[in-house]
Amino acid sequence: MNQFQYVRPTKQQAAIDAVAKDATATFIAGGTNLVDLMKRGVMTPQKLVDINRLPLTRIDADPGKLRIGALALNSTVADDKQVRARQPLLALALNAGASAQLRNMATVGGNMLQRTRCSYFYDTTMPCNKREPGTGCGALEGINRMHAIFGFSDKCIAVHPSDMSVALVALDATVQVSGPKGNRSIPFAELHRLPGDMPQKDTTLEPGELITAVDVPDGPFTKHVHYQKVRERASYAFALLSVAAALDLDSNNNIKAARLAMGGVAHKPWRLTAAEQALVGKPATEESFRQAAAIAMQGAKAFKHNAYKLKLGPNTIIQALKTAASVA
Amino acid sequence: MNEQPKPKKQIGAPMNRVDGHQKVTGAATYSAEYQLPNITYAVLVGSTVTKGRLTGLDTKAAERAPGVLAVISHLNAPKPPGPKPEGKDPSQPQTQGNPLQVFNDDKIRFNDQPIAIVVADSWERARYAAGLVKAQYAKEAHQTNLEENKSNAFLPTAAKKNPKNPMNDYQRGQVDAYKTGAVKLEAEYVIPTEVHHPMELQAITAHWEAPDRLTLYDKTQGTMATRRDFAKQWGLPEENVKVIATYVGGAFGNALHSWPHESAAILAAKVVNRPVKLMLTREQMFTMVGYRPYTWQKLGMSATPDGKITAITHESVGQTSTYEEFTESTLAQTRMMYQSPNVTTRYRLAALDISSPIWMRGPGEATGAFALESAMDEMAYLLNIDPLEFRLRNYTEQDPEKNKPWSTKFLKECYQLGADRIGWSKRQLKPGSLRDGDWLIGYGMGVGTFGAHRGAATVGAQLLANGTVLLQCATTDIGPGTGTAMTQIAADTLGISPDKIRFELGNSSFPKAGTQGGSSTVNSVGPATQEACLALKDKLRTLAGANNPAFASARKEDVTMQDGYLTVGGNKDTRVSYADLLKQAGGTAVMVEAKPGGEGQKYSMYSFSVHFAEVRVHQLTGEVRVSKLVSCADAGTIVNEKTAGNQMKGGAVGGIGMALMEHARIDDRFGRYVTKDFADYHVPVHADSPAVEVAFVNQPDPYVNALGTKGIGEIAIIGVAPAIANAVFNATGKRIRELPITPDKLI
Repeated sequence: MNQFQYVRPTKQQAAIDAVAKDATATFIAGGTNLVDLMKRGVMTPQKLVDINRLPLTRIDADPGKLRIGALALNSTVADDKQVRARQPLLALALNAGASAQLRNMATVGGNMLQRTRCSYFYDTTMPCNKREPGTGCGALEGINRMHAIFGFSDKCIAVHPSDMSVALVALDATVQVSGPKGNRSIPFAELHRLPGDMPQKDTTLEPGELITAVDVPDGPFTKHVHYQKVRERASYAFALLSVAAALDLDSNNNIKAARLAMGGVAHKPWRLTAAEQALVGKPATEESFRQAAAIAMQGAKAFKHNAYKLKLGPNTIIQALKTAASVA
Repeated sequence: MNEQPKPKKQIGAPMNRVDGHQKVTGAATYSAEYQLPNITYAVLVGSTVTKGRLTGLDTKAAERAPGVLAVISHLNAPKPPGPKPEGKDPSQPQTQGNPLQVFNDDKIRFNDQPIAIVVADSWERARYAAGLVKAQYAKEAHQTNLEENKSNAFLPTAAKKNPKNPMNDYQRGQVDAYKTGAVKLEAEYVIPTEVHHPMELQAITAHWEAPDRLTLYDKTQGTMATRRDFAKQWGLPEENVKVIATYVGGAFGNALHSWPHESAAILAAKVVNRPVKLMLTREQMFTMVGYRPYTWQKLGMSATPDGKITAITHESVGQTSTYEEFTESTLAQTRMMYQSPNVTTRYRLAALDISSPIWMRGPGEATGAFALESAMDEMAYLLNIDPLEFRLRNYTEQDPEKNKPWSTKFLKECYQLGADRIGWSKRQLKPGSLRDGDWLIGYGMGVGTFGAHRGAATVGAQLLANGTVLLQCATTDIGPGTGTAMTQIAADTLGISPDKIRFELGNSSFPKAGTQGGSSTVNSVGPATQEACLALKDKLRTLAGANNPAFASARKEDVTMQDGYLTVGGNKDTRVSYADLLKQAGGTAVMVEAKPGGEGQKYSMYSFSVHFAEVRVHQLTGEVRVSKLVSCADAGTIVNEKTAGNQMKGGAVGGIGMALMEHARIDDRFGRYVTKDFADYHVPVHADSPAVEVAFVNQPDPYVNALGTKGIGEIAIIGVAPAIANAVFNATGKRIRELPITPDKLI
C-alpha cells in the first residue's frame, strides 16, 4: 500500500474542496471497496478525505419521496421501516448484496460508486483499460464468464457489481450531488456511464462532486416486487445476473405499470424500459413475462464464456416477475 | 476395602476439545503470533511472468525505503550448504524431483514464483518496499493448460524406475475388456484445480538462536519432517533444529510439504541475523503452497444386463510442475471397490509451468471417486437399476486387488444407515420426477474409501507433582482434535479423569511421530499413547513396590490412580502417595514406541464411507442447493463422537465446495490465476451447507491397532462430490461431468 494523507473534515464544503483541488485525492466512506483496491495497488490515492463525519446519514420520509443520506449504511436502509413500506424492492436488493458485516460498513453513496469486480481490473500485472487506459481489455479475449452482454465496447466489457443500484435505477431514483460548482440532481439512470472509449470513467460525476443523498420517489410498487439474484453460492457472492422487478396490478391481475432492471449484464445497472412498456396492459401471466423477457434481451451479445447469460437473462426475468406477481 | 467406582469410559464419549477454550478466546498462539524480541517482518515478491529468466532486478528503491533491513534475491542470497529439501512425508515418497529452491538461480518456472524477499522492521514497511522491487524478464512461451498438453502426458518417473510403484499401470483380467461388454459406458470427467485455503494463512517465524541452531514456529503438518528437511538444507544435525506447531488453523494437506516461503524466511533470518516472520497473503496461497491438481479422467465400464460389472478401465492425467512430479492415488478406489473380473488403470502426469500441487483432503481418491461414482450412477441408469442396488450387486467381500480379506468392512451397514436417513425410498429413478414449485428435487449417492494407514509413533508419559499425567508427542493437530482424542485414550488406559491429563504436541523435540496426514494420526499415535500409559502404570507400580509390597504382586491393570494416591484396586491400606513416588530416584518418565505389526500382510485395511445428498435445482436459474446431506462411515472405533462428527461434517462441506463452486482458473495467455481471492474463488458459506447428518457404524477393527480405529479425515470428503452430481442428474436429467456444477452448466 502506498503512503497517503488522511483528512477527516466535518464540513461538507471542506470535504469537496479537499478533493476538487487535488487530483490525487478521493473520498472515503465505508471503505469496503476502496481499501481493498488500495491494498491491491489498483487505486493509489495520495489523499483520503474521510466523509464519515459529515451529517449525511439521515433517512427522511418526505411527502412523495424518501431522501436517503449518502452515508446511511446499507444495513440501516434495508431495515428502515419507511424504506420497507414504501420501497420494499430497495430493501430486497440491499439485503442481497455482500454480507451482513459488509452491509454494516458500506454506505449508500459508496455502494453506487463501487468499482467493477473484473479480475483483470484487480490484478495490476494484467491489461485493463479501466485501471490503466491504453493497456487493452484483458477480459475481451480472456476469462469473461462474469462479463457484460449489453452496452460494452471493445475497450471494456466489465459489469457494475452493485445490487442496490439495480433497484434504484428501476425505481427512477435521483442522485443529489454537491460540488465545486454547486448542487445538482442526476437521474439515477444517468449516474453510471457505458465504457465507450473511456472505461476509466465509471460515472458522470465531475471531479470533487460528492453524492449527498439519493431520492426515491413514491410509486405504486409497494407490494408486487422482487429482486432475483443468481449466484454461484447461496450468499456472499456477486451476481452472475440479477433482476429487479416491480409490478402494479389491477384487481383483474392485469399490469398497470411495471419496472424492470438487470444487474451483472452491463457497465451500468441496466434498465429494461421496452420490456416494461410491453408488460403494461397485459395480464400478469408467465406468457406475458416470457414476451417481455424476449424484448429485454434484444441486442444482447455474448463472449466466449458468458453465453449462458443469454438464456439466464430471460429466465431470471421470468422468475423475478413470477415471484413479484405472486407476492400476496 | 474401599472399592472405587470405575471411572466413566472416555473413549467414544463426545468430550469437548481440550484446547477449545484457548482457540475460541484467542489464547492459542499460531505460527504468525510469536512476538520474539527483535522480530522482523518479511514479504515475498512474486514473478509476474510464467516462464523465462530474470534479466534485471532493481532493488535500490526498496533498499532505501524506511525500515528496510534487507532485500534478498538470487543475486545476493546465501546458498544453504545442504542438499535440497525433500517431500515431508518419508512414508510416502511420491514426490519426485525437488521442491523449488528459492533465490537459487534466475529461472522462472511459474507465475508468482518468489523472486525476492524484503525484510523490514514492520510488516507494513516490508509490504510497501516489496512493491518497489522492479524486475525485468526474458519471457519464454509457457504451458499452463492441461487439456492442451494431455498428449504429452507421461508415466511418473517413480513408476518407470520401480515396477512395484503403485503409479504403474494396473491390470486384472483382460485389458480394456469393457469395450466388448454387453452394456457399455465410456465417459470423460474433469476436476479443476482446487485450493486448500484453510482459515489460517501459511506462516513461519524463523529464528537462528545461534549460527548453527534454528528454531521455527511454522505451520506444518509434520514437525519432524520439517525439521529433517531444513536440517538437511542447512547441513545441521537434526537436534539443532526445533520446529514448533502447537496450533495449526487448518491445513487440509497444504502443510505436508516444505515450501519456498519457508526456505525464504530461514534465509532471510540468516541474513538479517534476527528472527523473521513471514505470512503469505491469500493471493499467494494459490501459488505457493500447493493445490488439488486439475485432473482429466476417462472411465470405461461394462456390465451384464442383470447388473454385474464385467470390466472397468480408468485412466487419468493429472497436472504437475516442471520441477517436481507430484502423484496421488486417483485410481486406487477403482481397483478395489467393486467386484469386477477385468480392471485396467492408467495414471499419467502432464508437466506444466505452474507451481507444484500437493495432497488436498481425500487426495487422489476424492478426484478418482468423482469419476468412478458418477460412472456407477450412469451405469445404474443404463441398466435401469437403483444405484444403491447396483452397488450391492457388485459388493466385494474381499479385496479384489490384493486378494486378501478385509480387516473389517461394514460398508453395507453404512448403506443401510444412510439410505434410511436420507429417505432413499422417496427417490424416483426417473430424473425430474420430484419438485417443489420451480425447484427440482433429486437424490444421489457416492462411496468413499481410504487406506487405514498406521505408522510408528512414540509417546512420552510422566507423573507430575500436581497429580497430572503429562504426555508428549511430536505429532501435530491441524484441527481434528488430536490432543482431545489422546486425552480420552489416556484417561481410559490410566483409569483417571481427563482433566488430570495433559497431552502436549506440535514440537519436534517431543517423542517422534509421523506427519498428520492420510487419516493416520489416531491409528498411529493412539496405540502409542495407550502403550505409554500402560508403561507408566507399570513403572509406578514398580516404584510403589518399594513403599508397599502389595504392589509387587499386583497386576498393572489393578493399579488405581486417584486423589494423589496409588492403590491396588482402590484398597486404602495399599495407598502410596504420588509425592512418595516422585521422591524416588530416576523419576516416573517413560517413553514407548508403538509400531504396526504384520497385520497389513494378512489383511486389506480400509475405512469406508457413503454419502447421500438431496439437492434442489432451480429449473429457470440453474442454481443448485444441497438441502440434505447424510454421511455414514465405517471408520472402526470412534474415539470421540463429537470431534469425529465434526470431521465428517467438515469433509461434507468441503465436498459441497468441490461439487458446486471451487474452481481456480488460470488465464492461459498469462499463466496467471484470475481467481485470486474469496470473491472469485468460492467456498461454501453457511447458507450453502445444510445440517449434515452423520452416522458411524462404530465397530472396532481388530487388526489396525488395539484401539480398533481406522481413520476418518479423508473418507469424510471422498464420494461427496459425485453424490451431489448424481443427485443433480436425478433432479434434472443433466449429467455434469466437469466440476464445479455451476448454474451456467445447467440452464
